[in-house]
Amino acid sequence: MGFVTATATPSGAEKSTGQVAAFFAIAASGFRRYATYRQATFASAVTNTMFGFLKAYVLLAVAGAAAGGAGVVAGYDGAQLVLFVWVGQGMIGVVAFWGWTDLADRIRTGEVVADLLRPVPPVVSYLATDLGRAGHAMLTRFGLPILVGLLAFDLYAPRRLGTYPLFAVSVVLAVVTSFGCRYVVNAAAFWLLDIRGVQLAWLLVSGVLSGLYFPLRFLPGEVATALWLATPFPSLLQIPLDVLVERDPPAVSAAMVGLQAVWAVAMLGLAQLVQWRAERRLVIQGG
Amino acid sequence: MASTAAGTYRHLIGAQARSQASYRTSFLIDLAGNVLVVGADLLAVLVLFRVTPELGGFAVAEVVLMFGLAGTGFALADLLVGNIERLRVYVRTGLLDAVLVRPLGVLPQLLALDFQVRRIGRLVYATSVLSFAVTYADIAWTPARVGLVVLAPLSGAVFFGAIFVAGATVAFWWVDSGEVANAFTYGGREFTSYPVSVYSGWFRRLFGYGLGFAFVAYYPALGLLGRPDPLGLPAWAAWAGPAVSALAAAAAGLLWRTGVRHYRSTGS
Repeated sequence: MGFVTATATPSGAEKSTGQVAAFFAIAASGFRRYATYRQATFASAVTNTMFGFLKAYVLLAVAGAAAGGAGVVAGYDGAQLVLFVWVGQGMIGVVAFWGWTDLADRIRTGEVVADLLRPVPPVVSYLATDLGRAGHAMLTRFGLPILVGLLAFDLYAPRRLGTYPLFAVSVVLAVVTSFGCRYVVNAAAFWLLDIRGVQLAWLLVSGVLSGLYFPLRFLPGEVATALWLATPFPSLLQIPLDVLVERDPPAVSAAMVGLQAVWAVAMLGLAQLVQWRAERRLVIQGG
Repeated sequence: MASTAAGTYRHLIGAQARSQASYRTSFLIDLAGNVLVVGADLLAVLVLFRVTPELGGFAVAEVVLMFGLAGTGFALADLLVGNIERLRVYVRTGLLDAVLVRPLGVLPQLLALDFQVRRIGRLVYATSVLSFAVTYADIAWTPARVGLVVLAPLSGAVFFGAIFVAGATVAFWWVDSGEVANAFTYGGREFTSYPVSVYSGWFRRLFGYGLGFAFVAYYPALGLLGRPDPLGLPAWAAWAGPAVSALAAAAAGLLWRTGVRHYRSTGS
């Protein structure tokens, strides 16, 4: 991390290229950090795969029993539901719903003060690390469940060429939105010493309202619409998966990704706001 | 001698309970959270039935009955044996060495060392779901069925306990096994919460019959409902749970003993 020592006042252009370089360097180190957790990565992928089987069979049974025998339920046919499940299982590790307590741990121990001394703002440097982590998860934890799903089930093959780039953008936006949410949850530690309650609430809400437990389209229409417009949770999983399985016409898919972008910016903004408030009241504990 | 050992365990568990209850807010939050997490699973089942009238040939009340049987058995096992999943932490940190030199059984000590009172919340919740399902589902009560509704969760608890112990044993050989055991413990609970007729192919054969998960909740539920098995097993399968659990417990015990013998300290 040699760039951190370059503190001689640079010109405007040099400063911004320096910041971009710093961002990528931090992201790369995030990638390398997670690349060392090889066995844990594999273990998580195995568990995600097991649950992929369970969810796929249950949703196939739902589609099979759907009224009229057409096998279409809430706008999905069996192959679409199965793709929804397996890609969703792959995305768990990428979007990282659970287990990220880096910031909260550093706040509790007081180490966070070192983050404030760095030339890169904490929200930016943690975002860079998280994108590096997501990149690593994309190359590892994303693949295994999908490969197994591909071998064991008939997955829907997206028909529109535009679906793939739109899905890629949607996944990046999901990671950024998830990061914003997790940052805010972790930052609660600036005010509360024990944030287990907040984390538990996040664990529950993010799982149920993001489409991980069941596709949100199974809910009554008004409830689903309210979730889409008023909460960031469908942006975490449901929207990327709906885009990939082509649940809606292209224009609707694109509009949903636009909505995701709004939520990504909003959650990053909220994270920054919380960070500013926290810095004004921060008292490092201990001697 | 036996009574002194029992007294020691009572002391260990009591100390755990007191220390956890002294952080009152944290304890209550944990307790509530444990209930809500299972509530989310039940919500998922109910949402599925919003868009389908049946699942694997069973109506909502029948599936909730299976969910309740599986959930109660799992919650009981989780309360009594679930903390064994911390074995990998004990192996990594070397705490297991300290446990091995004490004059008490290794497995009971580990269970008492980290007894989690908050898991009572899950048990209470799962039992209420089961009681609700039992009254809501159309069951023609006979003395045998009353026996079955009590026996099934207990036998399920032994079965899940065996899975917990067997899963944790992996840490003796593979310290960084992480969540692999979850695939069988939490995954197993998920498997047993739905009718086995939902699954198919090798997956159903392996987990349902090879590992025996079908006998935890599915067959007991069929026995309670008086329904024939769409997959073709005779009616006595409803009562096969205890035998399957005994086999699982014996296998887990054997694995555990092999693991403890195999254990070499991590050495740091």
